[in-house]
Amino acid sequence: MSVSSNISNAMSDIGVMTRRNMRRYIRLPQLLVFNALLNVVLLLLFNYVFGGAIRTGGIAYIQYFLPGFMVQTVVFGSTQTSVGLAEDLSKGMIDRFRSLPMSRTAFLAGRVVADATRYAILIALMIAVGSVMGFRFENGVLPVLAGVALIILFGIALTWVGVFIGISVRDVETAQVAGFVWVFPLVFASSLYVPIETMPSWLQVFAQINPVTPMVDTMRALALGGSVSASLWKTLVWDGVIILVFLPLALRRYRLMGQ
Amino acid sequence: MENSLKTRQSSAVCADASISAEGINKRFGKVQALDNINLIVDPGTVFALLGPNGSGKTTLVRILTTLLRPDSGTAHIASYDVVHEAQLVRSVIGLAGQYPAVEEILTGKENLEMIGQLYHLGKEKAKARAVELLENFELSDAANRKVKTYSGGMRRRLDLAATLVASPSILFLDEPTTGLDPRSRLGLWEVIAAQAQDCNTVFLTTQYLEEADRLANKIAIIDKGKILREGTNQELKDCCGGDTLVTVIIADRSEILKANNALKELGGEKLHSYPDIGEITLPAAGGTSLLPEVVRRLDAERIVITELALKPPTLDDVFLAITGHPAEETTELKEGSSNTP
Repeated sequence: MSVSSNISNAMSDIGVMTRRNMRRYIRLPQLLVFNALLNVVLLLLFNYVFGGAIRTGGIAYIQYFLPGFMVQTVVFGSTQTSVGLAEDLSKGMIDRFRSLPMSRTAFLAGRVVADATRYAILIALMIAVGSVMGFRFENGVLPVLAGVALIILFGIALTWVGVFIGISVRDVETAQVAGFVWVFPLVFASSLYVPIETMPSWLQVFAQINPVTPMVDTMRALALGGSVSASLWKTLVWDGVIILVFLPLALRRYRLMGQ
Repeated sequence: MENSLKTRQSSAVCADASISAEGINKRFGKVQALDNINLIVDPGTVFALLGPNGSGKTTLVRILTTLLRPDSGTAHIASYDVVHEAQLVRSVIGLAGQYPAVEEILTGKENLEMIGQLYHLGKEKAKARAVELLENFELSDAANRKVKTYSGGMRRRLDLAATLVASPSILFLDEPTTGLDPRSRLGLWEVIAAQAQDCNTVFLTTQYLEEADRLANKIAIIDKGKILREGTNQELKDCCGGDTLVTVIIADRSEILKANNALKELGGEKLHSYPDIGEITLPAAGGTSLLPEVVRRLDAERIVITELALKPPTLDDVFLAITGHPAEETTELKEGSSNTP
């Protein structure tokens, strides 16, 4: 078999696996609906419960917070990748896929692509709900679209972490808990909810390194105006590092499943 | 056995769809799941691996279908190495695992189309093949229903159809009829037998002796990770099945003692009577020639016979003789395994 037909087969496999995972969202709409609902509830709670108490340098909290909240959607989303994959691996279907002459990568990549699509839907919803709550883009449409694309790229990178965890634990409940362990510090110890300067200095060190911080700062600058460059390159480096580390790790785990 | 579904012993016409394993070992922690497994399955034949739960059947299937690597030993499927040429092996096999591997939220048709596309048949061909298989497996009416709504038997059929999407020349069926009602089992047996007729090699595992007896050209008995004996069902019965028995059932059960005495001389120590059902069994040392003698002796005592038969040894007897325990732990699905004519 030639290399090019290998590649076109692999692309076709990724397409098939993506459709398979997307159908799950469409046929079991509860999953996506509750997912969306949870995000809306969190958005409302954080804005109206904490919003008044957090000083954000003169701008309304919803303006400060919504760009970060879009990022949070994809960070939390990656824990669902772990759960979905663990569920797949605990059922008989995985043996069928592994006994087919299909691309090994496609089984995992199909999930990542489907999840990226889910992120796009959720982010669009966040923007719609946020607008009702008074959020306004102050920088025009194009920067916002670029920002959303960056968030989805960030989400894809983190999804590979979720894939790796899902494959490693292979149990739905464990996957759920394991996801939260790494996701909570990333989301809260960052510039997502509060200005970093209010944290104790040791935590500021973590918050500065935390990949969520440059991503949030980038989106915030794109939405509200301000300098993007410093946080943009940091976030792109993080995307690259995360993918380069976790994609091979996840693939290796998948290949070694039958040892 | 006259109602056997078996077709051919082996055939030179069938292409290289053989299975071979040499010195396969697999250990899980302290358990030696497979202990030096050697076997050869000829193309176009049905091979049954017969053993109780936990005997290593599934582990062997997983190794032969590239899902699991052996600790040592080699195996070849259609001359491809299962470890080093796994992707080539996958292109010639079909696997139906112990539990149906079908997507609940997809329809029957979507399931088969998906598998066809993953075999790279192309969209149109995958669609056509799905329709064809649904028809063959009597699932056309349910083609556009989600699998969630399917019965156990329908799922099995769909699972088997999915296994056949790319017309593989070698089929692995891991306990294909476990948990099925007798009617669905019969239907599946016909499908499996038809596969061998089409020159495909079938490797099946089962706990049901009757299944192996009906379908397989060759049977291997596995217990605790070792293949204890291998041969055609006749060879196994001849070697370890014990005697063919004459069984007599008399009309009046109260005459069992009288009958017993009348036949004692013929059966000797191996004569057994079962008073509750009015049955007497004795070894048929001289083949059918013993039957008239039995009739004569009972007639002389004016005992009425309702049933008289020769009962060949069954694989149950074989399994018990070889392993020291019965093959099946439960008897719920063991209908008609005594094969009384």
